[in-house]
Amino acid sequence: MLGNDRIPKICLQTAAWGCASLTFGVLVFMAWLSIPVLRASDTVHILTLPWLPGQGQFGIGPMILGSLYISVLSLIMAAPVSFGAAIFIRITRPGTLGKFFQHLVEAMTAIPTVVYGFIGIFLIVPLIRETFVQGSGMCILSAAIMLSLVISPTMILIFSQSISSVPRQYTIAVEAMGATPAQKFLMIILPCAWKGILTGLILGFGRAVGDTLIALMISGNTIDFPRHILDSARTLTAHIALVTAADFDSMEFKTLFVCALTLYLLTCVGVFFARAAGKRQ
Amino acid sequence: MKFFMNTLKHLSWLLACCFILVSSSPAESIDSFTGEKGTLRISGGTAHIPVMKIAAQKIMDTHPDIQITIAGGGSGAGIKQVGEGLVQIGNSGRKASDAEIQKYELSLYKWAIDGVGTVVHPDNPVQALTSQQLQDIFAGKINNWKQLGGSDRAINVYTRDESSGTRSVFWKKALAKGDISPKAQFASSNGAMKTAVAKNPYAIGYMSVGYIDQSVAPVSLDGVRPDLETVKSGKYKVSRGLYSNTKGPATGLAEKFINYLLSPEGQNIVVQKGFVPVR
Repeated sequence: MLGNDRIPKICLQTAAWGCASLTFGVLVFMAWLSIPVLRASDTVHILTLPWLPGQGQFGIGPMILGSLYISVLSLIMAAPVSFGAAIFIRITRPGTLGKFFQHLVEAMTAIPTVVYGFIGIFLIVPLIRETFVQGSGMCILSAAIMLSLVISPTMILIFSQSISSVPRQYTIAVEAMGATPAQKFLMIILPCAWKGILTGLILGFGRAVGDTLIALMISGNTIDFPRHILDSARTLTAHIALVTAADFDSMEFKTLFVCALTLYLLTCVGVFFARAAGKRQ
Repeated sequence: MKFFMNTLKHLSWLLACCFILVSSSPAESIDSFTGEKGTLRISGGTAHIPVMKIAAQKIMDTHPDIQITIAGGGSGAGIKQVGEGLVQIGNSGRKASDAEIQKYELSLYKWAIDGVGTVVHPDNPVQALTSQQLQDIFAGKINNWKQLGGSDRAINVYTRDESSGTRSVFWKKALAKGDISPKAQFASSNGAMKTAVAKNPYAIGYMSVGYIDQSVAPVSLDGVRPDLETVKSGKYKVSRGLYSNTKGPATGLAEKFINYLLSPEGQNIVVQKGFVPVR
């Protein structure tokens, strides 16, 4: 008979290996299905050509740029705000008010993105259109603003968790030495919580790259190369959603696997660089 | 209390039955579903949805054993999904191509005629265009409303994705297969198109005539306003059939549903929703 503690151990190990192999399996599957497309057209072409299925051109470059612009911009907007919110919850007002905001943020994670997308159409898009008097308001900026709302709750929770994990003795010690709150923050909390903050950024970026509905609903989905944050753009995810209706056997449909592969690699590269930067610290 | 609830349930059943008996006068009406049970899955063209929804609701209200689900996805998706057996009925806002019919052994049922109208925001003073102007707008050659007598703002062109039946008809018959500017923005359904144009005073787009209401303004093309009357009389040329496709000849629930759409009651819904009936 197996020892009592061995059964749960085996279960957990199987689960962990199952998850890992599934993630890897998806990568292999997409790579396998992308090969015919990449072989048929030069890899360079799929990155540089425009998307004109009617004329046999299936470039996904504009969508890769669209995904990058929107997710990076939303991360730039969401990260400082999330960081500030986490500090507010954990350090400035750790009492009832902080708790209240923490619960509020927890509730925010449960709001479906389609709701944000809908709000975006009615509030942000007209505002951007009339403020900048250029374009339709359905643009990279609008999508990034809404997307930053979607990704910030996750980031706030992870940031605040990592800030709270900074040993109490350190902060007390540095306070005793007469450090100002800013010094305490810069010298102790930031270096100690760095790993967790990085995790928060990675998860935020991953969510931003992976989100479909916000971009589909408010970024305009243009197939042109985006040049300006007030230009419309199409993300890889929105592109997949729009093109899945195409014929299963068509070249259009097959290029979707390349899109999916690119999305996967984009997130991997993001995680890799963030981790590498984290190690150097 | 429980006894009371049960009696109430029975009573409402009885009432429902009476109602069915009373309303069952026309042939091929809703009571052909009596005794049927099961699920009918429908997907595809988004122009079809308003009619499909009402028909499905009427059937499900009187026949609780029948479940009908209706999804969008566009004409391309409808044809593909019915061909692969994912749904029993795949809708398309264009006639399926010969290749598609052959590959999936499709049976086509046309139950309404629909126009595809150009639309702008109701506040836009430009509500009449010539074909040439329309083609130039979509190609990006005319890009400011000022050039057409409107305000000095860039024209925001909205289009649909390649698998949309609405797009394919509009492109063929209104744009004469002309270019659509890469700057054009994409809406993913007729409904999304309406929201986009209704919320943007500088937008121009196109959608099923059945979808046009007060929130958007139809644009007359060469002097003909796209509406139920002009599509019916054939004066407005940008029109197409609304099809429901099945893999092989329709059977079971799918057949009854399509027959219902073609019945006087079904054709009534078609008119109610702003389409031209076929019978």
